[in-house]
Amino acid sequence: MITLSVNGQDVSYDGDPTLSLLWFLRDELGYTGTKFGCGEALCGACTVHLNGEAVRSCAVQMGDAAGKKVVTIEGLDPHGDHPVQRAWRALNVPQCGFCQAGQIMQAAALLHATPNPTTEQIHQAMSGNICRCGCYQRIEEAVRLAATGV
Amino acid sequence: MTHIENLLRARGEAPARETAIIVENVSRRDLLKGVIAAGSLTLGATLLPKRGLAAWATGAGAMPHGVVSDPHVFVSIAPDGTVTIIAHRSEMGTGSRTSLPMVVADEMSADWRRCRVVQAPGDEMKYGNQDTDGSRSLRHFVQPMRQCGAAARLMLEMAAAQKLGVDVSEVEAVNHEVIHRKSGRRFGFGELAAAAAALPTPPPEQIRLKDPHAFRYIGTGSVQIVDLFDITTGKAVYGADARLPGMKYAVIARPPVLGAKVKSFDPSAALKVPGVEKVVEVQGWDWPAKFQPVGGVAVIARNTGAAVKGREALKVTWTDSPHAVYDSDKYREMLLENARKPGKVVRNDGDVEAAFKQAAKVVSAEFYVPQFAHASMEPPAATAWVHDGMCEVWAPVQSPGGTHDDLCKTLNLPYDKVKVNVTLLGGAFGRKSKCDFVLEAALLSKALGVPVRVQWTREDDIQHDFFHAVAVERIEAGLDASGRVIAWRHRNAAPSLFSTFVPDPKYQQPLEYSMGQVDVPFAIDNIRCEVCEAPAHARIGWFRSVRNVPNAFAVQSFVAELAHETGRDPKEMLLELIGPPRIVDPRKTTVDLWNYGDPFETYPIDTGRLRRVVELVAEKAGWGRQLPPGHGMGIAVHRSFLSYIATVVEVAVDDKGNLSVPRVDTAVDCGFYVNPERIVSQMEGAAIMGLTIAKYSEITYKNGAVQQSNFNDYPVVRIDEAPRITNVYIVPNGWDVPSSGVGEPGVPPFIPALCNAIFAATGKRIRRLPIGNQLAI
Ligand code: FES
Ligand code: FES
Repeated sequence: MITLSVNGQDVSYDGDPTLSLLWFLRDELGYTGTKFGCGEALCGACTVHLNGEAVRSCAVQMGDAAGKKVVTIEGLDPHGDHPVQRAWRALNVPQCGFCQAGQIMQAAALLHATPNPTTEQIHQAMSGNICRCGCYQRIEEAVRLAATGV
Repeated sequence: MTHIENLLRARGEAPARETAIIVENVSRRDLLKGVIAAGSLTLGATLLPKRGLAAWATGAGAMPHGVVSDPHVFVSIAPDGTVTIIAHRSEMGTGSRTSLPMVVADEMSADWRRCRVVQAPGDEMKYGNQDTDGSRSLRHFVQPMRQCGAAARLMLEMAAAQKLGVDVSEVEAVNHEVIHRKSGRRFGFGELAAAAAALPTPPPEQIRLKDPHAFRYIGTGSVQIVDLFDITTGKAVYGADARLPGMKYAVIARPPVLGAKVKSFDPSAALKVPGVEKVVEVQGWDWPAKFQPVGGVAVIARNTGAAVKGREALKVTWTDSPHAVYDSDKYREMLLENARKPGKVVRNDGDVEAAFKQAAKVVSAEFYVPQFAHASMEPPAATAWVHDGMCEVWAPVQSPGGTHDDLCKTLNLPYDKVKVNVTLLGGAFGRKSKCDFVLEAALLSKALGVPVRVQWTREDDIQHDFFHAVAVERIEAGLDASGRVIAWRHRNAAPSLFSTFVPDPKYQQPLEYSMGQVDVPFAIDNIRCEVCEAPAHARIGWFRSVRNVPNAFAVQSFVAELAHETGRDPKEMLLELIGPPRIVDPRKTTVDLWNYGDPFETYPIDTGRLRRVVELVAEKAGWGRQLPPGHGMGIAVHRSFLSYIATVVEVAVDDKGNLSVPRVDTAVDCGFYVNPERIVSQMEGAAIMGLTIAKYSEITYKNGAVQQSNFNDYPVVRIDEAPRITNVYIVPNGWDVPSSGVGEPGVPPFIPALCNAIFAATGKRIRRLPIGNQLAI
């Protein structure tokens, strides 16, 4: 039996410990805000916070999540009003929106660690997150806006 | 906040809008169908220039189930005043789910903050055509949705007039209320809802469209997309997010070669994987099969991860297929060979042979664009529940009506026993016009008797797509002694997307060659376009911008090559070829010119508009300005989806051949526009998708099977290599200029502009996509 905390709630799991955290969150718990885009840690759509760090949930096995704290997009802020979320809305960032939960979780972790990132730091932190619609210009602006206050 | 500045810039240039627009002389039937027959429209347009409800005729009515614009279908108002507006087009990122309801709200004088948008299920009998494709949503529906909102406003005004016992002309809807100025009485929309809903839809001659000066939202770009909060908080529902009690999760092993079938399979190892519950065969159809599934073996599990692992353990053997001969290297050689021989003539102006004989110089070039995959961020996924003679699905489909029909046919169910719930689409780009993944889910749910979610992995998506077809484009130009182009021959060899629907026609069809080949807008007396043989070995579909991608790449690169050959500035060469402002009409010399399904009279090929975007973008980009060493600028223009778009790209190429894009400028003329902020976002995205196609996109085959699998070997542009800034300039247009497409036409000019910039920076001419390592020193 594996136990872990997801968005502040203790949950347990008794299945295959090699199952990736992504599918546990999505299919077993119903936290569908975390998206599947590649399954190979190549796109960032599945990004969540594991003990405060941005990770690709498709590449984290349940066995390795045991005892840890997971935060998904649904738990980032109780009112959906994290500065990154506000900045995303101020700039109407999304097109299809599918990548954006992952982008926001990645950006929130970046700003937590580096409150005033340089362009290079933004690029470095965000380059694991693909946006096929091509919202990159606004994503970069929104990260900066979140850093400076919305 | 560059895009906002851009928006302001775009808005600042807007001239005063049209004045009074009054509905006259259009029959109710025509309006309800939304198709204005050419005759009646021409009449209206002649008698009432720039007036009338149907300002322009479109091909909307010729689409299956035509157009519906009845407010009884699209609008409802709750007693508390909340206005619910139906979005009947699918949202895949272009913003139509926001923009069309916003048009309704503006026309009916509703307060947008008190409106909510509800997505229509697939039901074309009720909503009219829902096929969200071809950059048609605003182009075909801005008129019907204005009409719908105006009719709703009139009904609210009539309800208020009835209450007061006054003539309807004495009341006016303003900001979610109807006001009687004489008495100062006002009624909120909620108070009037029941009475208004009981009224019949007023006849068109009574409906008055708003004076565009009175628009509150249309044309302003001030509105957020309706799903913004849900997207940023993870609540938005996409194809894989519907959850039903007892639902099972499926992934499917599909035949690696087109046309192959399941020969046998051994489920035992798969069934040992924890969480796997069943292994079942999925029916496949013989190719061509339109959007029917290719078949395979499904692994059913308690979650998607278990199903994926089960599939890895599954052993399947497949039958042989004649398409195992498909090998991309050999296929490319064959296309090149075929394009070097005369093909079928599809456009013939003047006497090309004689002109080439007279030419002082002949320039020719061959361009290659490989096959590529859509790779929308959301891989295909759908949930289905077939039970008790009914089928309900939740799916990200561009064609909800078509999906509905295909489900009825596949499951042999009547129309009213099928329901297609349309989720948000996590990107689509044409892929999700094809509902094979929904049919798979329905077939599995029927077989298993439980709700089933089918999830495509990224590998499935990249290997079993309906692909963008590979193409060779060969262009020759004959120049006279002064360097003027007197002859133009453009041949292409590319498999046809019609091979997905009918036995392989082996040649490009009118719908395909009319996207940038035969509609070349140049002032050249002798033009010949030919299509050459190219058999299909893959499922071919349409990818954002479709044939315009290879055609614009070839034509607009070749123009810059001609400029280089003749020692001229590329922009001047381009304008010279376009020639003076006029209407170019290739219909007489072309075999079945296709004008994106819309009347040529409404949407002619207007070189004045083409010139204007070239001149606008050149001016804004500072064409010809001094650039740092290693930088270069390229320009290209292309008309597609009835819009005119010109792009200037600035590149920097370092001494190791690394390419970066410091700046992109794009000028867009898409007629009357509703939501400039979403036009800007589409152009920003088009530049990035164009850059991905140019740098990376290539699907190759060995022994009939795709060699790529995921974003490691099928890369897409990431934030650190995206253009640093994309500036967008929208040509201001009033209601007299018909709305045209936005979702697709931004991509085609980007790629040649980029490659022309690379040539300017390095002297290297890119004739083969992707660029890959061609710039490496
Ligand atoms: S799904 Fe995890 S990185 Fe793509
Ligand atoms: S908004 Fe569509 S993938 Fe990023």
